[in-house]
Amino acid sequence: MIGSLLSGDLPRSKILVLLLAMILFCLAFAPFLFPGVRTVDTAARICIFVVLVASYDLLLGYGGIVSFAHTMFFGIGAYGVALTSTHMGRGFDALLVGAGIGASTAAALALLIGLFSLRVRAIFFAMITLAVASAVAVLFSQFSSLTGGEDGLTFKTPRALGPAFKFGQDSFDGELFGVKLNGKLLTYYLIFGSSAALFLGLLRVVNSPFGRVLQAIRENDFRAEAIGYRVVYYRVAATCMSAAVAALAGSLYAIWLRYVGPDTTLSMEIMINILLMVVIGGMGTMYGAVIGVTLFILAQNYLQTLMGVLAGMTEDLPLLPDLLSPDRWLLWLGVLFILSVYFFPSGVVGRLRGQR
Amino acid sequence: MTAAPEHAPTLAQISLRDRLSPYAPLLLVPLLTVAGFVAVQNPASWLTLTVSGLAMGMMIFLMASGLTLVFGLMDVINFGHGAFVSVGAFVGISVLLTLGHLTNAPSLGLNLLAILAAVLAAMAATASMGWAFERVIVRPVYGNHLSQILVTMGGLIITEQLIIVLWGPEEIYFTRPEALKGALTFGDAAIEKYRLVAVVVGLSVFAAMRFVLRRTKIGLIVRAGVQNGEMVAALGYRLRLVFIGVFIAGSALAGLGGVMWGLYQEVITAHMGNQAMILIFIVVIIGGLGSVEGCFIGALLIGLLQNYVAFVEPKLALISNIALMVAILMWRPMGMIPVVKAK
Repeated sequence: MIGSLLSGDLPRSKILVLLLAMILFCLAFAPFLFPGVRTVDTAARICIFVVLVASYDLLLGYGGIVSFAHTMFFGIGAYGVALTSTHMGRGFDALLVGAGIGASTAAALALLIGLFSLRVRAIFFAMITLAVASAVAVLFSQFSSLTGGEDGLTFKTPRALGPAFKFGQDSFDGELFGVKLNGKLLTYYLIFGSSAALFLGLLRVVNSPFGRVLQAIRENDFRAEAIGYRVVYYRVAATCMSAAVAALAGSLYAIWLRYVGPDTTLSMEIMINILLMVVIGGMGTMYGAVIGVTLFILAQNYLQTLMGVLAGMTEDLPLLPDLLSPDRWLLWLGVLFILSVYFFPSGVVGRLRGQR
Repeated sequence: MTAAPEHAPTLAQISLRDRLSPYAPLLLVPLLTVAGFVAVQNPASWLTLTVSGLAMGMMIFLMASGLTLVFGLMDVINFGHGAFVSVGAFVGISVLLTLGHLTNAPSLGLNLLAILAAVLAAMAATASMGWAFERVIVRPVYGNHLSQILVTMGGLIITEQLIIVLWGPEEIYFTRPEALKGALTFGDAAIEKYRLVAVVVGLSVFAAMRFVLRRTKIGLIVRAGVQNGEMVAALGYRLRLVFIGVFIAGSALAGLGGVMWGLYQEVITAHMGNQAMILIFIVVIIGGLGSVEGCFIGALLIGLLQNYVAFVEPKLALISNIALMVAILMWRPMGMIPVVKAK
């Protein structure tokens, strides 16, 4: 049962099983275990980013394709939901249509970019996606009549997903284990469920014959072509699929925040975070996405606090407080990034599975 | 004994088309200026736009030339190249600001002295930084594109953050030295002096690069290394040393480009390298990875197109670069002047 649900790709390490089970348990019952606004928000973010990072890993870890346009697809999905919700009015149909439009636009754009640039060298693709993504980010912030510019869009989700919506008044008195049964809870479980389904779908993809061919192409595209696989088709298909899933993750993010803006969905900083999460968790394993995202988001939330404390302690010294100021946490992430590529190339999951 | 197969040699004439096709990209720049003239329709504004486009192109070329050579020689792609641009700009502008009494003086000689000091300081800083970058960050990841991209990206993040630590998070505004302020007028067209200076500097650096690459022994080794590094190494040349030299020179050029870019915009931010990076990549892609001439033509095209489009239809300027890149890649998928690699 579990084997088929996980597409036969079991964690293959006791510690990893334990970690994953713990993360799954915490995420599944987050609103009841940690009933705070900020912690539930963190849990929802983890769910969404697991999908986003896993879809990026399909490209980077399985296909060996370096793309810098992943936040672009993420943003397209988010803006899709925001735009339909603004123009069609609040409702589940708007969410569905928005997510659908976002995913198909992202896939079409990925197809275009892929056809232009995937037939040449991998490094071309990295540079081209970087250029295209930055152009799209500028476009989104320039066409403010449509996208709200730098301010972004705030919109309403269906009433059933809002905090004012209460249910279960008769049977549970509106509370379950001391947690209020409201729309926010429903939204969390919508996001958790969709994320889990998307993640399992991606796991299915990478363990299918298609995923095996992708891995073969990653290892040696010349031989894969020689065996008779059309390398370009497989790469383009992987790009489109990963773009569509990223857009869906973006839609979920928009539904959770009920806001989209260039900084929350399109910025280069998010792209770098995604790269870091993949590298820390371990490229080429979907479980790496789960571990990487959880570690990263927890670190992001608590590293800044720690750095603030350290900066306060070293206040009298020259330069150090500046280096340790919470705003400079990206600096330390950069250091961590380089060190993990050198000394930890297979990431946490690769280490736990005992391969280098 | 069988007779040798019948074989009549034929003298095939190379058609004019085949002979000219490698030079086709050279025609693009004049073509674009003509197209610009048709679109702008006003000779005075056209002249202004062309000069500022050329100036922008020259500065992009300064920043991009090092990157393309580095790629050609060792197959190393440096996503942190933009860091050198920012560092160059910050060091150079700081020197200019501390030499305020020289830059504010109305004397041309003193102004030039200050600028020279700024440029030298910036180039020295970025050259040593390039050396350190190669040693610490790039050296362990030769031959692995994925790791190169990740690690150099990390280097870019760290440098950007260190700039914020050292110079503070605010953008720095400043004015150009007296001698570079103001504009010259030709009829109705006003051309800023600084843009002319940028064109002259860019052209002379290009000429110097061409001289070194075409006429000197070291240039011969570099060109041969770009074509086929393994063979050059097999002939007994220490390609790694050549590479490090090119890396340092490229970093210094990026630093020079950064100072000039900063002076052009009269504001510098820690993210400027990151933004310049995008233009640099587009130029390197459309030029053909590893080709200095392609890089030069590409930079001029980008600069000119951006200025013309911004004048005719400002909103479109944002995507004109991408459109140009797509068009060139449809025409020549490996860039305008692809470097033939025997790999």
